[in-house]
Amino acid sequence: MMRRRGSVAAGQAVLVAIAVVSLYPVWFVVQTALKTNQRYTLSPTGLPTQPTLENLRQVLFDLPVPRWALNSAIVTVVSVGATTLIAMLAAYAIVFSAMRGRDVLLNANLALMVIPPVALLLPMFVLMVNLGLINTLPSVIVFYCGLMLPFSIFFFVNFFRQFPRELIEAATIDAASPFTILRLIVLPISATATFTLIIVNAIWAWNELLIALVFLQDENRRTLMAGLTLFQGRYATNQPLVLAGVLISILPVLLVYLAGQRFFVRGMTAGIGK
Amino acid sequence: MGQRIALPRTRALTASGARRRRRALWPYGFVAPAIAVLALVFVYPIVQVVRYSFYAGSPGEAMTYVGLANYRNVVADPVFRHSVLNNVKLLATVPVMTALALAVALLLNGGIRGWRQFRAIVFLPYILPAAAVGLTFSYLLQRNGVINAFLHDVGLGSLAPDWLGSTRWVVPSIGGVIIWQQLGFGVVVFTAALLALPGEVSEAARLDGATSWQLQRLILIPQIRGIVEFFVVLEAITVLSQVFNYVYVLTGGGPGNASSVMEFYIWKNGFSLGSVGVASTVAVMLLGVAGVLIFVYMRVRARAASA
Repeated sequence: MMRRRGSVAAGQAVLVAIAVVSLYPVWFVVQTALKTNQRYTLSPTGLPTQPTLENLRQVLFDLPVPRWALNSAIVTVVSVGATTLIAMLAAYAIVFSAMRGRDVLLNANLALMVIPPVALLLPMFVLMVNLGLINTLPSVIVFYCGLMLPFSIFFFVNFFRQFPRELIEAATIDAASPFTILRLIVLPISATATFTLIIVNAIWAWNELLIALVFLQDENRRTLMAGLTLFQGRYATNQPLVLAGVLISILPVLLVYLAGQRFFVRGMTAGIGK
Repeated sequence: MGQRIALPRTRALTASGARRRRRALWPYGFVAPAIAVLALVFVYPIVQVVRYSFYAGSPGEAMTYVGLANYRNVVADPVFRHSVLNNVKLLATVPVMTALALAVALLLNGGIRGWRQFRAIVFLPYILPAAAVGLTFSYLLQRNGVINAFLHDVGLGSLAPDWLGSTRWVVPSIGGVIIWQQLGFGVVVFTAALLALPGEVSEAARLDGATSWQLQRLILIPQIRGIVEFFVVLEAITVLSQVFNYVYVLTGGGPGNASSVMEFYIWKNGFSLGSVGVASTVAVMLLGVAGVLIFVYMRVRARAASA
């Protein structure tokens, strides 16, 4: 009994340590963003005894951060919206029709989920240059759409497969068109799943760096992540200012996470197993 | 009488015939946009990148066919070899994070109070942007940064290295950041798998006097083996082909080229040095590695799903 209680306590101690390590870097960003550079240099770990909003003010008003955040928001909303629609249509056809080649399509789709984006980067860059789309948001939007599609199709296929088939068949016998069935029957039942997918994809698109970095090189066209990397070199001696930018970049993610935590756990584990 | 039965049947047949004809066409319309986008973003670039790998020069301008010269040059390049070696070293993070995540999941599965809140906390790093994470850790790990300050405080100051500035510590440091961010994913996956297990088996083992260590090792872990294997493959793919962000933001490949990885090598050659042929060659190699892993992934996935 004593031993048991001892091992439980040890287990709890380990968990507390892991929780502290998981949260500390986030806390470090928050507290440093609220410090003056001088205070930070003197005591990098100390609490912000005289918190200041100067770094955040500078980031939001003197630097192009709002512009970058807007770019990120546009890229995220458009690419996730288009992906959701395209994936839903494709998955509906794959699950509810006797279309030929759907197994091939599904297997190919599964394989695409793990293709490294960096391998596609050069030809896509050349293509976008040739199309005159480089340095424009659509170049990134199209690329993101393609990279999000495989998981999204897979996600909807898994979800649609749990549907009672009779429901769809009954509607088909009533001579409803596939589009009507999708809109009036499938969409309402899928609201939660769709929302989950949208959150997962939106976080991915918001967080993406490599493609944005290469495709959007004009300072005003950058996304927030690509813009932040400029700060690193430019304000190397003013880390609180850079971390204020980091704070702005993770704030939407944190808020969405706090608001919709259960959707995350479900969505992020959707690729595993069944 | 017979006619009255026959009539509706005929009509039903015609109706379903018409439906069948319609059914034959609409699905193709529904999948067409997806296929178009996937062809543009995956098929076209893969074909092109293979083609580029046999050429020298810039696309659109003067490209000359050089056969396998790019491949020979790449393989002979010490920076490339070092990059591959770093990817292989980073693979070592996979068993570490798997074991750690499994241990945490088993602890949580023991019914500790507040385990859901704990899981939410360790999962948080996983969803943060790698660029922001990298920036933050580049400060935490700098020579006079927080981590070394902590080491000084606990009397280990003499050990405190220049984490990102020394060739010896830079790759393990990047690995540490990767584990920090990926651990929560493993915990979430494994707790979900453990929760889904039928309780009777564990109950029977407990009644037979199994200790909690025996229960975990002999009963629980074997039952979620498929999921664990799947996680390992998925993380191996991540570590081999999706770590650009960490390297770019944490070290920029430095010091020198000490922390370069395949992805970074591709980016540097393609977009910084203008060696499109060299970059494409490594991209093709990376696709080859991904191909092997995809094969393993499909097999393990099928097993995890049937387990």
